[in-house]
Amino acid sequence: MKFLSEYRDPALARRYLEEIKKTVTRPWTIMEVCGGQTHSLVKNGILSMLPEEINMVHGPGCPVCVTPLHLIDKAIYLAEEKGAILCSFGDMLRVPGSQKSLLEAKAKGADIRILYSPLEAVKLAQQHPDRQVVFFAVGFETTAPANALSVIHAHRLGLNNYSILASHVLVPPAIEAVMEDEESHIQGFLAAGHVCTIMGTLEYYPLVERFKVPIVVTGFEPVDLLQGILMTVKQLESGEAKVENQYARMVREEGNPRAQEIIYQVFEVTDRLWRGMEVIPMSGYQVKEAFAEYDAMRKFKVNIPEVPENEDCMAGEIMKGIKKPYECPHFGKKCSPETPIGAPMVSSEGACAAYYHFSGMVNQAKEQPA
Amino acid sequence: MGVASNNDKKIQMRLSCPMPKLDFDVITLGHGSGGLLTHRLLNSGVFDLLKNDWLDEHHDGAMLKLEGQTAFTSDSFVVSPIFFPGGNIGELAVNGTVNDLAMCGAIPQFLSLSFIIEEGLPMQEFWDILVAIKFACEQAGVQVVTGDTKVVERGKGDKIFINTTGIGRLHPRANIHTSRIKAGDKIIVSGELATHGMAIMSVREGLEFETTIESDTRNVNHIVQALLDEFGPAIHLLRDPTRGGVATVLAEIAQDTQLGVELSQQHIPVDEQVGSACEILGLDPLYVANEGIFIAIVEGEVAEEVVEKMRLMAHCEQACVIGEVVEGHPGQVVLISGIGGKRVVSMLVGEQLPRIC
Repeated sequence: MKFLSEYRDPALARRYLEEIKKTVTRPWTIMEVCGGQTHSLVKNGILSMLPEEINMVHGPGCPVCVTPLHLIDKAIYLAEEKGAILCSFGDMLRVPGSQKSLLEAKAKGADIRILYSPLEAVKLAQQHPDRQVVFFAVGFETTAPANALSVIHAHRLGLNNYSILASHVLVPPAIEAVMEDEESHIQGFLAAGHVCTIMGTLEYYPLVERFKVPIVVTGFEPVDLLQGILMTVKQLESGEAKVENQYARMVREEGNPRAQEIIYQVFEVTDRLWRGMEVIPMSGYQVKEAFAEYDAMRKFKVNIPEVPENEDCMAGEIMKGIKKPYECPHFGKKCSPETPIGAPMVSSEGACAAYYHFSGMVNQAKEQPA
Repeated sequence: MGVASNNDKKIQMRLSCPMPKLDFDVITLGHGSGGLLTHRLLNSGVFDLLKNDWLDEHHDGAMLKLEGQTAFTSDSFVVSPIFFPGGNIGELAVNGTVNDLAMCGAIPQFLSLSFIIEEGLPMQEFWDILVAIKFACEQAGVQVVTGDTKVVERGKGDKIFINTTGIGRLHPRANIHTSRIKAGDKIIVSGELATHGMAIMSVREGLEFETTIESDTRNVNHIVQALLDEFGPAIHLLRDPTRGGVATVLAEIAQDTQLGVELSQQHIPVDEQVGSACEILGLDPLYVANEGIFIAIVEGEVAEEVVEKMRLMAHCEQACVIGEVVEGHPGQVVLISGIGGKRVVSMLVGEQLPRIC
């Protein structure tokens, strides 16, 4: 596959590994913000290849994991009680709400459908003029343009039966929250390449200034990650802290202005609750007043109690990189992908799920009594 | 992956077996009543299509003469959509059970065939499914000797469900048991992974994407028979990595034997287009369902010979050794990634769901 196989080249990967080993002289803690990167690090066995001085910790960049409990409850409510066709990306389905997951609601008869694109949901709304169609618009900056476009598209078509349940979160405020946590010991970041494809790299400069940490915009393939880690280590070793772009084949400094324009046409920045963490100021998108009729939160009166998160889950500490998944007493025992306590155990991008599936630590966890 | 001629084959099948003229064009509840309408449906051409001595008796069951050790298996087919690129539910139902028998080291002989049809299924679609069944049976060399047809109300089914049960005579040289697996055995796949699963995925509502990927559903019993003829007891286990994919089958084997399995990612054959589709949808080919391929765990010393022999056979050109049974990491499958890293391969949990980004 062009533009993919090159970044999985074993010889190149080995060269970067050697370079990392040569460069590193003392321990460093680096966070990859994005769950896709966590997944790739574990799936390709990179964590086991890195020198032990490098401690990779896994960030909050799994949109499914940070979608608040009450929004999942609301999505289920819309499908069950309002008879809406609730459309969602696939890996949202297994994430537990306070009572059940979307998948369980689907099994009990709610009309919940897996889609790849919000534009498919608009098509569904056209095909079912007698039904309300709600798209569960989850994601970071990456999925925001397509979700915004679906609203614009529905508006152009004059549809009055389409809306989105927006749960968009933003990367830079998350990095800020991680760094502000007293327990945080992160010394460098790999920023998410695809987020920067849309948003560019400019918003990371103030963070580098303020926290004096290197931020390297990095891709997702093994060679990308190794190169990103090398660039971060080089900065750390030489005492530098700047924004660098490893993923230059996709990311321009200004990002994709056309996509940003579409985002800001429909969305505005707002405070948002991150599941397992807290409300982070100005860390998400909500639908603008001008498009209120396409905002499921405003369109449907949903009065359901907000249930607190399961106290057994330490997702917050894991997503801030304070704890590793296997340090949770419930990992692989009470909490597994079949019976998840928290979202990071469910999503394919969740750190707990990545460790559960690929690290073999589950068997070790099972052998030790809880 | 499915050869381009799959479609031509289907056209030929339909041409050679045109649907008889009938006074109904959809299946209704009455067609499953057991009464006059059922008879009219079956006598309209169904019996003729699948004709053999046992079926011609029109009896409640088939009276068979079995010799020696016998393998017996059953499977139900609920695939959606019922027509997919490269095939339909009919041939899948035959090939699935035929292949399950073959995985026991048996030579498939007889099938039962039961339909649960949702009322309203167009007769033409039912006919096309029957024709596919007929040809799949001919290719595999099995006979449908008994069957049943039920019709359920609209909304109580999903167009058509099929159950097939199969009987086969064990190959005299077969000795296929999990307990025969030992360290040093090699793991062979007969062809490219994930083709069937991705063909189905490409036409699932809401996930449609443009591709020419076709299902590789086919019978593998003749290939297995040829391998057993030549290598007999050197073949320790045969498995059909359908749902849950190759990863789940191997994780099961590792757990059952408490031996380790080591896989080499760079040797795992995946068609380029199938691989790209998996990348886009965020699916791992190791977990995607397969139809037309099988896994053979064989004595280490004969592995290369087995592969060479397989590669000379149609649809096994991509056969290769993908891994080995080892004494280390008991109960675990460890994959050496393309760049040389290691990771554990665990069983599929629930259904593989496409990811966000």
